[in-house]
Amino acid sequence: MREKELRFVVTFHTTAEAMAVEKLCREKAIEGKLISAPRSISADCGIAWSSPPELADIVREAVQSAGIEIQGFHEVRA
Amino acid sequence: MIYFDNAATTMPKPASVTEAVVAAMNSFGNSGRAAHGQSMDASRTIYEARVRLAGLFNCPRPSNVVFTANSTEALNIAIRGLLKPGDHVISTDLEHNSVLRPLYDLAEQGVAVDFAAADRQGRINHDDFSSLLRENTRAIVCTHGSNLTGNLLDIGRIGRFAHEHGLLFIVDASQTAGVFPIDMAAMNISVLCFTGHKSLLGPQGTGGLCIADGVEIRPLKSGGTGVQTYLRHQPPELPTRLEAGTLNSHGIAGLLAAVGYIESVGMENIRAKESALMKRFYDGVKEIPGMKVYGDFDNEKAPIVSLNWQDVPSGELADELAEEYGIASRAGAHCAPRLHEALGTKGQGAVRFSFGYHNTEEEVDRALSALRKICQ
Repeated sequence: MREKELRFVVTFHTTAEAMAVEKLCREKAIEGKLISAPRSISADCGIAWSSPPELADIVREAVQSAGIEIQGFHEVRA
Repeated sequence: MIYFDNAATTMPKPASVTEAVVAAMNSFGNSGRAAHGQSMDASRTIYEARVRLAGLFNCPRPSNVVFTANSTEALNIAIRGLLKPGDHVISTDLEHNSVLRPLYDLAEQGVAVDFAAADRQGRINHDDFSSLLRENTRAIVCTHGSNLTGNLLDIGRIGRFAHEHGLLFIVDASQTAGVFPIDMAAMNISVLCFTGHKSLLGPQGTGGLCIADGVEIRPLKSGGTGVQTYLRHQPPELPTRLEAGTLNSHGIAGLLAAVGYIESVGMENIRAKESALMKRFYDGVKEIPGMKVYGDFDNEKAPIVSLNWQDVPSGELADELAEEYGIASRAGAHCAPRLHEALGTKGQGAVRFSFGYHNTEEEVDRALSALRKICQ
């Protein structure tokens, strides 16, 4: 198995929220991708957004200012 | 065959729509069910369709766009999910059975229902909403455009009335979405119900609801969502709250392409062409002796002309048009029982001609020529 690295992960209640964050991050050229939600966090939706940990503030700010509802922000090994 | 039944379903669809459906069937997994590329492609396309439809109708956010199989399902979700025994609701005689039957069902369960009456031209008096208002009135449910006459209701005015009296406003846009401008915020629409396969030019099996913020609809169905699996109830968040079971991602891919087609051609250009075809047809048929034409042609309306010749049963006239001249129209009652009663056509029905962007003036002239031969 691939070795896990520290990531900034966004979890969601619905698939639509995940798609909204992916679209937003692509539009803003924020590095990251959709992944299967890590088992270590409790996530409603099986898909989560994963960015490098140094982009945490940028992702959080972008999501919040766009008014997209999400379940939570996490720093985890994924 | 000349196809004049576009109010039942538009045909043909733009090539970009059929191509998008085929491409989706060859590449999509099940949306929201996994993190692999095929599932994600379906999810991305569905989300993009939410974005584009939210933009088209000025719905507050993409997640408030809920997909259903058609507007009948959307209307059932909205009407049954918002009204409860003890409520009063106002509707109109113009409604399709997709509004009427849910209302009649609820009437048996203690919801009081009143209808703004239509006159012999299928027009309502917009002041009737005021006289029908009660203390327990909770909602107005009405169509934007009649599927029988094409007459439009002034949903901006009705929405304003609903807003002033704190009522929910549920709109059936089956005949108008994609061709007539609809602005949920400006028109105070609480729930906009649409179908994908008529004026939106998309595939059958697509439709949905656009929901204003703060409008809480009880789910009609519950089941698989791909998310929150261990929750015993349908998840509370939109759009998942109202979307149980696999979505029609293939159809929605086509619907997305259809919205793109409408935007590229221009809604106003589609409307102008269809309206000109309708007027050309109306100007011809109204001169035929013994012809009765229904609807209000003094105001802007959806591209529909319904008529009868003398007392000939509508089915006989439509059959002759189809068999002898290859012209497809729609006879009968059109799922609009109250309006047929108002027009006095319950027994005879009516023959409906409905025009689409792909029809031509030559087709209209051939239909006029056929009617002149038959109706003498």
